[in-house]
Amino acid sequence: MNQNQKETLLSVSCLTVHFYTDRGVVKALDRAELNVSRGEVVGLIGESGCGKTTLARSVLRVLPPGGRIIDGTVLFTGKDLLKVKENDLNTSVRGKAITLIPQDPFNSFNPVFPVGTQIKDIMKWKGNAQDGKEIREKRILEMLEQVQIPSPRDQLKKYPHQFSGGQRQRFMIAMALLPGPSLVIADEPTTALDVTVEAQILQLMASLVLGRGISVLFITHDLGVASQICERVVVMYAGQDMEDAPADSLFSNPRHPYTRELLESLPNPEGSIKDIPGEVPSLVRPPEGCRFHPRCSQATDHCSRQRPEKAAVAADHWVRCFHPVG
Amino acid sequence: MSGLRLAWIKFSRDRLAFSGFLIILSLILVAVFAGVLAPYPEDTFSIHPAARLQPPSLTHFLGTDSMGRDIFSRLLFGARVTLIISIIAVGTSLLIGVPLGLIAGYSENWLSELIMRIADIFLSIPQIILAILLAQSLGPSIPNVILALSITYWPWFTRIVFAETRSLKQTVFIEATEALGANPLRTTVLHVLPNVSSSIIVRSSIGMGFTILTAAVLGFLGVGAQPPTPEWGVTIAESRQYLPDAWWYATFPGLAIFFVVMGFNMLGDGLRDILDPRIRRGFE
Repeated sequence: MNQNQKETLLSVSCLTVHFYTDRGVVKALDRAELNVSRGEVVGLIGESGCGKTTLARSVLRVLPPGGRIIDGTVLFTGKDLLKVKENDLNTSVRGKAITLIPQDPFNSFNPVFPVGTQIKDIMKWKGNAQDGKEIREKRILEMLEQVQIPSPRDQLKKYPHQFSGGQRQRFMIAMALLPGPSLVIADEPTTALDVTVEAQILQLMASLVLGRGISVLFITHDLGVASQICERVVVMYAGQDMEDAPADSLFSNPRHPYTRELLESLPNPEGSIKDIPGEVPSLVRPPEGCRFHPRCSQATDHCSRQRPEKAAVAADHWVRCFHPVG
Repeated sequence: MSGLRLAWIKFSRDRLAFSGFLIILSLILVAVFAGVLAPYPEDTFSIHPAARLQPPSLTHFLGTDSMGRDIFSRLLFGARVTLIISIIAVGTSLLIGVPLGLIAGYSENWLSELIMRIADIFLSIPQIILAILLAQSLGPSIPNVILALSITYWPWFTRIVFAETRSLKQTVFIEATEALGANPLRTTVLHVLPNVSSSIIVRSSIGMGFTILTAAVLGFLGVGAQPPTPEWGVTIAESRQYLPDAWWYATFPGLAIFFVVMGFNMLGDGLRDILDPRIRRGFE
C-alpha cells in the first residue's frame, strides 16, 4: 500500500507541545510527525507518557490545563486545525468530522443521564441538521444493532452504571460513529477491558470502520493489539516519532533500534524477557538530538547533537535514525 | 419503574428523612394556611391586656403572652415569617453561589482564585456581627436579616460547587464532552450542573435550617425582625422577663425552632441518599 496513492486526511507535522507545570516545562512533544490517509487505520504506539495522547488531543486542541501547542501544523482535509477559530472547531470538527473514543469506558458517560439521552443529544447536536426526530432515532437503533447491543430500544432508558465495560465501549463506538466522522481517534479503547472482551471490541471496530471508509488513529501501548487492527504503525518515544511503517513490515523487520528493543522486550514463549537498559528520560530536561540516544546501543556523537530526519529505508517504511538496524 | 417512583419508595422507607419531610410539609402548610388555622388570627397585632400571661387552656391552648395575644396563633404566623426569610436567603445564596462556583471550578486561572478568595472573605464574616452592623446603619428589619444571611451564606454553595466541578473536570466524560466541541457554557450547565445538583439540594435543605436558626438568633438579639412581628426569636426575647413563671411563653416558640431546624437537617440527609443514581440501582 503506497501512501502516495491515497488521499491524505490528517497530516501532523513539526508538532511541539509543552506543559507548564510546577516542576518545570515538560517538553511533551518534539516536532512530532504523523500522517493518516483516508480509510486507513494507523496505530500510534509507545510507552505510557511518550506523548501519544497529547498528540491525539493536540489534533482536537483539547489539551489539559497548562498544555500549550508551541509550533507545528495539523492539516485536516487541507485545513490547519491549529489556526481554525475555536467556534468553527466546535461546530464542524470536534465531535463531527473527528470523534473520540476515550480510554476509560467506566467514566466516559455522564452518570446522571440515561445512555439514550446522551446518544440522542449527540445526534441532535452533531447529526444531520435536516433529519427529523424519527430519522435520528432510527439511525441510533440501527447503529446500536451494528455494535451488537441486544434489544437496543430497551437499553436506551438505562443509566451508564447498569452496563458492563464492554457494553459501554460499544455504546461509545456507536456514539463516535453516529455523527459520520471521517476520522475516529481511539485512545486505548480496550485497555480497561478483559482480554476476551477486548478481542470482540477490536473485531467490531475493524468491521465497522473498514466498511465505511473511516480513518482511525488507534492509540495503544499494546503491540499485540496494534498488530491486530492497524494497517500502519507509528512508534513514539519520549515525544518524538521514531518509525513509521506498514504494520507487517514494522513487526517483521523493525529498523529503528528503539522499535527493535521494544519488540524484543515482549514476553516470548521461550520465557526470556529482555528490557531496555536505562530509563525513560525526564521530559523536563530531555536529551538533545534523538531522545533515545542515551539508551541506544547504536548511538554516536552525532545522535546527541542532531535529530535525524525521517528517511525511507524501504517502500513506505520511514525511520528517524542515523544508524538504522537490520 | 421510573426513577422518580423508586426514589419515592426509598425515601418513604427512610424513617428519619421521611419524618423530616413531614415536619417541613406541615411547616409549609401551616405557613400558607396560617390565616385559616389560627384560632385568633387578629392576635398577630391586636392586644388584650386583660388576658395577659394565661397558661395553656382550652381557649388558648399554648397560653397567651405578655400582651394577652394567643401564642398558638402567633406561632402559626411566625412560620410564615420564618419560611419567607429562609427561602429568600437560601434562594439568593443559590443564585449567587452556584454560578460563581461553576465559573471558579471550571476556569483554572486567576479568575477562579479571585472568586474563591472573595468567598473566603465573606465566609469569615460572622452573620451576627454583619447583621448588627446592618441594623446599626440601615435599621433592624426583616429585609436586612435576609441581606445579612444571603451575603454570608452564598460562599457555602460556591465552595461545594467549586470542589465538585474541579473533580468532575478530571473525569473522562467531561473531557469527552469538550472533545465533542462543547463550549464552557454547555459543558457546565448541561453536564457539570446536573452532576452537582444533588449536593446543591442537600446543602439548600441544611441551609434552610441554618438560616432559620440564625434568623431566630438575630430576632432574639433585637437586630432582626422587630416586635410586634410574630417571629419566633422575637417571641423568645419578649418572654425572658416572665421566666420561669410563664414557662409556655418561651417553650413553644423554642420547640418550633427546634423541630423545624431538625426537620430540614433530616430531610437533607435523606435527600443525599436518594439523589445518588448509583444508590437507586439497588431497586432494580
